[in-house]
Amino acid sequence: MTIPNLRIEESPKNVVSASDTQLDITFDQLKKLVSPRALTGDNMLLNMGPQHPSTHGVLRLLLELDGETVINCIPDIGFLHTGIEKTAESKTYTKAIVVTDRIDYLAPMICNTAYVGAVEKLMGVDVPLRAQYIRVILNELTRMNSHLVWLGTHALDIGAMSMFLYTFREREMLLDIFEMVSGVRMMSSYFRVGGLWRDIPAGFIDAVRNVIKVFPDKLLDYEKLLKENPLWRERTVGIGVINKEDAIAWGMTGPSLRGSGVNYDVRKAMPYSSYDHFEFSVPVGSNGDVYDRYRCRVEEFYQSLKIIQQALDKLPSGPVITDNRKVAPPPKHEIAYSMESLIHHFKLWTEGFRAPEGEVYFSVESGKGEFGVFISSDGGVRPRRVHFRAPSLCNLQSLPQLSKGCLIADIVGIVGSVDIVLGEVDR
Amino acid sequence: MEQTAEGFAATMTPNLGAAVLAALGDCLSDVRVFRDEVTLITTRERIVEVLTYLRDAQEFNMLIDETCVDYLPKEPRFGIIYQLYSISRNIRVRVKVMLSESNRSIATATGVYCAANWLEREMYDLFGINFEGHPDLRRIMMPAGWEGHPLLKESAVKVEEVAFSFNRERVEANKPRAQE
Repeated sequence: MTIPNLRIEESPKNVVSASDTQLDITFDQLKKLVSPRALTGDNMLLNMGPQHPSTHGVLRLLLELDGETVINCIPDIGFLHTGIEKTAESKTYTKAIVVTDRIDYLAPMICNTAYVGAVEKLMGVDVPLRAQYIRVILNELTRMNSHLVWLGTHALDIGAMSMFLYTFREREMLLDIFEMVSGVRMMSSYFRVGGLWRDIPAGFIDAVRNVIKVFPDKLLDYEKLLKENPLWRERTVGIGVINKEDAIAWGMTGPSLRGSGVNYDVRKAMPYSSYDHFEFSVPVGSNGDVYDRYRCRVEEFYQSLKIIQQALDKLPSGPVITDNRKVAPPPKHEIAYSMESLIHHFKLWTEGFRAPEGEVYFSVESGKGEFGVFISSDGGVRPRRVHFRAPSLCNLQSLPQLSKGCLIADIVGIVGSVDIVLGEVDR
Repeated sequence: MEQTAEGFAATMTPNLGAAVLAALGDCLSDVRVFRDEVTLITTRERIVEVLTYLRDAQEFNMLIDETCVDYLPKEPRFGIIYQLYSISRNIRVRVKVMLSESNRSIATATGVYCAANWLEREMYDLFGINFEGHPDLRRIMMPAGWEGHPLLKESAVKVEEVAFSFNRERVEANKPRAQE
């Protein structure tokens, strides 16, 4: 409960009230979060967000400032909480795929992969190789999409405005491919339990090959603009440093963790969807600052292109969805002559399929880090509980540590460098 | 599908499984293996001890995830799930504690893994689980004035009535509005 206009009576210098912070917080809770100097008014409490362009959505930060130095940073999240986990509980396993798009709306295909992967693990269903390869291609395109948005907005925050225009221009190419396969640019829901919705359309392979051909030049442009740019280096090198041990303890994953020199990538550690069939390396930084996290993500573009190239070259033919009729609907023509197919079709669309009782955890490497799905099944057609392990949430959690002692102007750079998407933080 | 101790020892590297069972034998009430995932079930009194042992002696240095499951109508009703990962050994293990309906309280894991901070706040917010000793236990997703805990099974998913011309006035009048 909020205590409105609470003031401390003893000393005339105690001028800060809990309501001044704009957070839903009591004075006792606030006292634990800020230093005593903030309560006497010697340090300034400054509210940043949630309507701030550099918070990448609706993130609110309460900053305690001593001059220009950040003493404390208290993130306030939950503005985009849409109850995705609760919604997933009330839907059948197939229907819940559409809500997973909305978690990380910059990388919907990766969220789909994690969710259908968890259901496949729970059901014990095998996915045809062609479907796995197509998933890999689309996952890597999605990762590039996610990194493009990150690179554009991160550079825009620090002041390199043209980057934003270039990355969003290139992003259109990727969105066109997503539209080609699924009919939708962003909320694709293209993957199904056991495979894909349908096979890739004609022209898909050419479009992807075009991306591979065009992208290295574009990346070179980005490198020319930022990599050795003295202004960019001034704003990023040695800023927001976190060491290995702290990054692990805070549960950071993805490029934010690898920037600190920890080589952990789910694609390598526990390969899913045939990632072990492809050769690629995992870029790892060393200093754990904003610049190293930037380098890790940019290097990942090249690795993604490498994986896509191999997957296209080796793309096998065959079915794109499992022939296990308990989870995947039969082809339409079969219904005309097969009684079992008609029954399966009817059962799948009226009731859904039943999963065995048990609990599974399945995780994939998203653009932000380890994206995990925990499903607890009671044996029915709906899950008892679905929990999404959001990498953005755990990465953002380390923000107070990252920003301690930095200048207020560097806050936007640090927030950008941990690459959050608020849909995923709040779910 | 479910096996117990023998399956556990075979799934993790054998000496690790044996070592964990030897060291934590009296803390664990059960060991489950499902789809090659190991779940160690322990009690609320011993959870901090178990987590500390796994972190220090078995190199499970990352708390990947911590969440809660509402098993209504089963009793004990709540399961607190800790998902641990060891970077050096590249293995996962899950630790689970069951809490009864009447006593929704457990010691915090923030002393062992600081990553538990927001994850426990989320459980406090959405399930009403009380974490004893948590440094900053307040709501994280829902607004501070919110009553109840939305992920409990008794709070049902509500579908908003669709407004047509014949019922628009009634639907509009009953819509929940944001309050100052």
